[in-house]
Amino acid sequence: MSTPPPAAPLVRARNLTVDFVGGARPVRAVAGVDLSLAAGEVVALLGESGSGKSVTLRALMRLLPEKRARIGGSITVDGRDVAALGRRELARFRGGTVAMIFQEPGLAFDPVYRVGDQIAEAVVRHERVSRKAGRARALELFERVRIPSAETRLDNYPHEMSGGMRQRAMIALALACRPKVLLADEPTTALDATVQIQILLLLRELQREFGLAVIFVTHDIGVATEVADRIAVMYAGRIVERGDCRDVIRAAAHPYTRGLLASRADHVFTRGTRLATIPGAPPDLGALPPGCAFAPRCAQAVPACEAGVPEERPASATHVARCILLRPPAQADAGATAAA
Amino acid sequence: MTEPASDATSDPAFDPAARDRGGPAQPLLSVTGLVKHFGGRRSWRGETKGAVRAVDGVDFSIAKGETLGVVGESGCGKSTTARLVMQIIAPDAGEIVFDGEALGSRALDLTTYRREVQMVFQDSYASLNPRLTVEDTIAFGPRVHGVGRREATGRAHDLLFKVGLEPARFAGRYPHELSGGQRQRINIARALALQPRLVILDEAVSALDKSVEAQVLNLLLDLKAEFGLTYMFISHDLNVVRFMADRVMVMYLGKVAEVGPSDVILKSPSHPYTAALLASMPSMDPDARTEEAPLFGDPPNPIDPPSGCRFHTRCRFASAICANVEPRLAPVARPHEVACLMAQPGSGHPRAAPLRENAA
Repeated sequence: MSTPPPAAPLVRARNLTVDFVGGARPVRAVAGVDLSLAAGEVVALLGESGSGKSVTLRALMRLLPEKRARIGGSITVDGRDVAALGRRELARFRGGTVAMIFQEPGLAFDPVYRVGDQIAEAVVRHERVSRKAGRARALELFERVRIPSAETRLDNYPHEMSGGMRQRAMIALALACRPKVLLADEPTTALDATVQIQILLLLRELQREFGLAVIFVTHDIGVATEVADRIAVMYAGRIVERGDCRDVIRAAAHPYTRGLLASRADHVFTRGTRLATIPGAPPDLGALPPGCAFAPRCAQAVPACEAGVPEERPASATHVARCILLRPPAQADAGATAAA
Repeated sequence: MTEPASDATSDPAFDPAARDRGGPAQPLLSVTGLVKHFGGRRSWRGETKGAVRAVDGVDFSIAKGETLGVVGESGCGKSTTARLVMQIIAPDAGEIVFDGEALGSRALDLTTYRREVQMVFQDSYASLNPRLTVEDTIAFGPRVHGVGRREATGRAHDLLFKVGLEPARFAGRYPHELSGGQRQRINIARALALQPRLVILDEAVSALDKSVEAQVLNLLLDLKAEFGLTYMFISHDLNVVRFMADRVMVMYLGKVAEVGPSDVILKSPSHPYTAALLASMPSMDPDARTEEAPLFGDPPNPIDPPSGCRFHTRCRFASAICANVEPRLAPVARPHEVACLMAQPGSGHPRAAPLRENAA
């Protein structure tokens, strides 16, 4: 990005853990995530269902149910400790500093209020302006996200809009109070292919224009490649590989990332040949193995993999992976410096 | 465990090869003029207004042993087409011919037809009965079709083994005790329990994680080879369709836009909609990201589809004639057919080739 990164990152999570309690036994959905994000930077959290990517995102905005979710570690956003925010501050923080867009905009909007009024309401509450000014801002945003005949669309109820248009309206709502950080939770997964690419391009354009920092959760490597500066691959609650988008895609170092890339059907050019697969299924989050969580499915696993959770090791100049088969940092090339 | 299965295959009613009637040249399934409209009100003049024209005149055929991929966006009618072929819903019009016999004729009643054609749905959980064990679920179809309890159970165990689930471990489980990938394997096993010849896979792998999806796609290839199956494979994921399908049919708003060999359709499509679909796929190259969206807006509402060519409202090549003349599905090169005025010589579209006197 063109803006130079400030000294302290805008978003920083350190050793973030989330345990869901209250069930038959506790489930560790996030098992120690370190994540930092500078202003104007786009990070994709890539992972399959149950990898902890959405839970991580929700923890950043404190959207998890307080009674059932135990959050460990620390989260700082824009210099403030998210866990220490009081009710008032939290309300201002959500939407004002950090905003989120969801997979299903039909569920995120209130079905009984007009979409324009919902956006205006957010502006009025956060910025203490008149309803008229709120409405004007809603109209400006609708035009910005390119909703055709924006003026009349403001008076639509959510069900009167198509899926793609609802997602545009959702983006308008998220940007209504000029947040610094946008959290996107699979925002294009429910959309048709021709609409998905429009929304991705719109997000990329708005991100550049407003200098937003974006965390983009997705299960689709192609989508991550389209939007992200950096990619963090999650597996069983941990980031197993992270770094520059190009390096992670072109020179994946972790066996899980490599397996994901190889199992894509577009790698096979002759029909009838079998796909490369990752055997087995993701582990039970209630009983994570003591060592590398991917070891039971990994073709290259050695007994040492089960000894302990692997540390991050440099895989290239700009990316790291948690795999003991990579050379430990001490023996790595002096020239290859680990990514921050 | 193999004994009951071999008993079953020796019974001619359950041997797919013995049930072949028309020979290899006869398409396994051929559908003509399929129409399904939902809802709408009939005015005093007898016209129906406001109906969802989900499938609006669709013709296609599937050869024996081939995989026909069906692609399109939501509302294009691909799932409705599958449900019509499966006879879950009754068509308003159209004829279904299965291996030379018209459905509904004396030679092919619905019960016999349903034994030949089976379906796997997208939602692996919703399509299983939560109160039946895996074994009972798979044995249910054969039991209904008159197979004895012991033999049906034996066949269920055999199929569990074939879809990669250890019968001793899984036979007594309930759907909620299984992962999504395992449940979809059960659904596949159930579909195969009647030894069908045609299996309709309606977004059967779309809800699965990528690493599990690859496993299930491999399984589908293995089962196809082992049982000599024919697939109708519906998906929105062009990469998966490219991997699975011999031929591809592209649908848009209840009509077929283009149909032909998968290599041709997915490499050099003739219909602008197919080209846009292909260009909409996210790039896998960080240095060659998509810079411009190939299409604007959402697919139109099938309640009131555009006149003429249904794609003309979003097509970059649209000319005045496209709003008035509806293109027929016509061959460009023998097995490759396109419904686009640009591909039809003499259609009047500025980009269409002039009509030659001696044109074939």
